[in-house]
Amino acid sequence: MPPFVKRYQMLIVLFTALFSVNAVAGSQLLATGGVTQVEGSAGGGLVPWAVIAGYGDANEYSSGAFTTQVDLADFRLHSVGAYASWDNRWELSASQQRFTVKQTDVVLRQEVYGVKARIAGDVLYGPGPQWSLGVQYKRLLDDAVAQSLSADKTHADLDVYLAASQIHLAAFAGYNVMWNATLRASRANQLGFLGYGGDEQQRHQSLLEVSALMLVRPDLAIGVEYRQKPDNLSAIKEDDWYDVFVAWFPNKHVSVTAAWAHTGRIAGSDKQEGMYWSLATFF
Amino acid sequence: MKSSLLSCGVLLSSALLLSLPVHSQSLYERLGGEAGMLAITNAFIEEISFDAMVYPYFRTSDIGRFQAKFSEQLCVAVNGPCEYTGDSMLLVHRGMGIDEAAFNRTVELLQAAMTREGVHHTDQNRILKQFAPMRADIIHQ
Ligand code: HEM
Repeated sequence: MPPFVKRYQMLIVLFTALFSVNAVAGSQLLATGGVTQVEGSAGGGLVPWAVIAGYGDANEYSSGAFTTQVDLADFRLHSVGAYASWDNRWELSASQQRFTVKQTDVVLRQEVYGVKARIAGDVLYGPGPQWSLGVQYKRLLDDAVAQSLSADKTHADLDVYLAASQIHLAAFAGYNVMWNATLRASRANQLGFLGYGGDEQQRHQSLLEVSALMLVRPDLAIGVEYRQKPDNLSAIKEDDWYDVFVAWFPNKHVSVTAAWAHTGRIAGSDKQEGMYWSLATFF
Repeated sequence: MKSSLLSCGVLLSSALLLSLPVHSQSLYERLGGEAGMLAITNAFIEEISFDAMVYPYFRTSDIGRFQAKFSEQLCVAVNGPCEYTGDSMLLVHRGMGIDEAAFNRTVELLQAAMTREGVHHTDQNRILKQFAPMRADIIHQ
């Protein structure tokens, strides 16, 4: 990414949001496109969902950008990226994550390129849940730490996932409820910042990721997420992640997500948790 | 930060619980009975008539008939004491070339109409829940 893009990403995201207010964002109902998860795919905060990014339905095109920051006690994770989607079937995404360590000069960068395809169903109109198949190609730009931990691969790797999502209208006292379940095959250590695979487990593993939310207002969702993680390295332990989130959809062009994320042990530090903020645009 | 988010969550959920309507009336009664059905239908027609995407479908329609049949159907959807005397959704919408986008837009217009008539968000969801399964008979027919 050119340096100026990095520097002004927040401004760029905001600007595109402002200038796209009059453009058509797609016809799907508010909030049904979800937000953008940390690796750049449409989903919740941590989990990719079966929904296709944006509000485009059949024959509609959508694109957008996002920026996310997670402030843990000893680490910061920053993710920025963009997506394009077509026909409520295809989703392409590209993002970069930066992982920084408190009181050190360590900066680990990873790029993630995602492709997702809706294979069946409609999240709102069924029948049954919407199903999607996705891949996330991860490329680690700074691999010294992964090498020092003797990760099995330190350059690049692929995550593959199958996701199911469904919205149930008026399911709880008239409020709409949504659930999502994702099965991911991965060997990425801490999303990939610490390489892929390790001495305890080299191969891809099936990992379960789930989310549930309720729309307390048409423009406001509250929910929880859980993401199972691999634990491939004997030197340092890795824990499952979970979070509690609030997502606000003031209109079809912007979403703001705040969450409290528990990320457990990371790279030898215990009990990491903190605020997750994300801003996403859709147009 | 943690405590502020937690208290935010607690506030939201308590606000939600407090606002959980204790219904002594049926949905039909809450919406104002027969007059309410007609008011929502009229607001829906008004929204349609200002919408560049959906209005063209209705350009040559008998709006009086639509008004009567739609309010009957709404009444049935909310368990009111009515009978639907119109044609089947499949028959009515066949050949119109309604796609996903037009359907989504129409749902938004109905939501806007219900909001204008003061229908609570949860009651709107209850109504949409009844109409949602009809989509398969309406689009691409
Ligand atoms: C769940 C959604 C819908 C419901 C419940 C619904 C219901 C109805 C009803 C009850 C009627 C009157 C039937 C009769 O005359 O016997 C009707 C007619 C009509 N609907 Fe729908 N409709 C829906 C979606 C749509 C959509 C998406 C469009 C177009 C974008 C549309 C366009 C029309 C038109 C043009 C008529 C008048 C037909 C005529 O001129 O005879 N409807 N609809």
